[in-house]
Parts: sequence; structure tokens; C-alpha cells
Amino acid sequence: MKVSELVNNLGLKVYSGESGIDKEVEGGYVSDLLSDVMGNADTGMAWITLQTHKNVMAIASLKDLACVILVKGLEPDPDMAAQSDKEGIPVLGTSGQAFEITGKLYEMIKK
Amino acid sequence: MHYEYAIEGGNFSKAGLASSEVKKKLRQLNVDNQVVKRVVVALYEAEVNIVAHAYNGTMNVEIDEEKILLVLQDSGPGIPDIEKAMEEGYSTASPEVREMGFGAGMGLSNIKKNVDHLDISSEIGKGTRVEMITYINRGR
Repeated sequence: MKVSELVNNLGLKVYSGESGIDKEVEGGYVSDLLSDVMGNADTGMAWITLQTHKNVMAIASLKDLACVILVKGLEPDPDMAAQSDKEGIPVLGTSGQAFEITGKLYEMIKK
Repeated sequence: MHYEYAIEGGNFSKAGLASSEVKKKLRQLNVDNQVVKRVVVALYEAEVNIVAHAYNGTMNVEIDEEKILLVLQDSGPGIPDIEKAMEEGYSTASPEVREMGFGAGMGLSNIKKNVDHLDISSEIGKGTRVEMITYINRGR
């Protein structure tokens, strides 16, 4: 499934990194601890988090994640958005809680 | 092949840049993807440790046909008890650093899990040296 399909089906905002909107999403990871994501997330995952700073993009890029989904209406810091544009890794947003978006995403992705 | 990168202590806006450069080099050299993935985790954690705890440091990467040797050396406060620091969940990171989602005490165990050889030496008031080796063809 493509990032663009997540955006359309889940009504997500696209804050930045639109050039990566056709990336394939192969799973998801939910965490606000950066080392947890670094150690346990995998290529092609959508990362659901409330962290909004630039280091999120460093990790997303090093781990080749598909996109980042910010919860609770949070917006990326300007330098996070700029880095997302540079890396072509979309930062998306939902007004809902992590629990809700995770459940919906899981339903969409599970085969 | 040998590469060296400087790491600035305290500058989180640049954290991960050196690791990202090394990742690109490894990809260019066609190093096995699974090896690259593991090395990147260990490198990033070691780089962030310098940013979070030290004044400045260097990342040295030496790649040959058999292995990748990574040496991160910093000028910093040093680690008083390395065994304790290796414990998962133990961290001396500041509240500001923790608020960003760092400092969960998972860094060194992430490193240990993702390299074949790890050696940490430290001198209080001087700095810390982290040496890591990953073998390219042996898998793990």
C-alpha cells in the first residue's frame, strides 16, 4: 500500500515530504522513544509518534521508513518539515490519538 | 577504505549526519543490506551518545573486504561505570534530552545487539572510546 492511500483512506494531513507520497508502506511502528525505533522498526514502516523534532527524520531516513504520522494534531517543527522535504519522507498528521490511528492502520495493512 | 567525520557535542540538529554519510558509502560499496542495517543502528547510537554526553568527537570508519571497523572517540566527561552504562534502561541523559525521546537507556544495548565486537574504554574527565567491528561476510 502506498503512503498516498493511507492519506486518502485515513484522512491524514500531509505536512511535508510530498515527493515520497508513492513510497510503499509495509507495516507500522508506534513509539516515542527514539532508540526503540532505531533498534526495532524496519524498512518501509509508518512511524506513529508524538515527537515533532528534526531527529525523527534522521531516524526515519537511516531506517528507510515509509513515513511519519504525528498524532493529536501535532505539527512538525520547521526544521523537521524541512528535513522531511529534503529526504522525501512524508510527515503526515491526524487529530486522533495514537491508539485510534494505529488500529485503523493495522486494519488496512494486515493481510 | 577509510573515512573520518567530526561530531559536535550538544548539537542535536546535526545528530545522525555522520551515520547517514557512512550509510551512503556502505551502499555505494554494495555492502550487504542486512549488514548495512545493523551497522547503521550501532553507528547512530554511538554518534548520539557523543552528541548527548560529550563535548566533541570523531567517527572513524575503516572498511575492508572482511569487516567494518568503527571507532568513535570523544572528549567528554567519560563513563564512571561502563558495566552499569551497559544495563538496559540505565541512562544519565538530561531531562531535556529525555524529553526529545532520547535517554531511554537503550543505546548501548542497541549497539551490542548490532555489532560482532564491542569494546568501550573511558577515562573520567577525558573521554570515551567505542570500538565496534562488524564482519561483512560472516552474517553475524
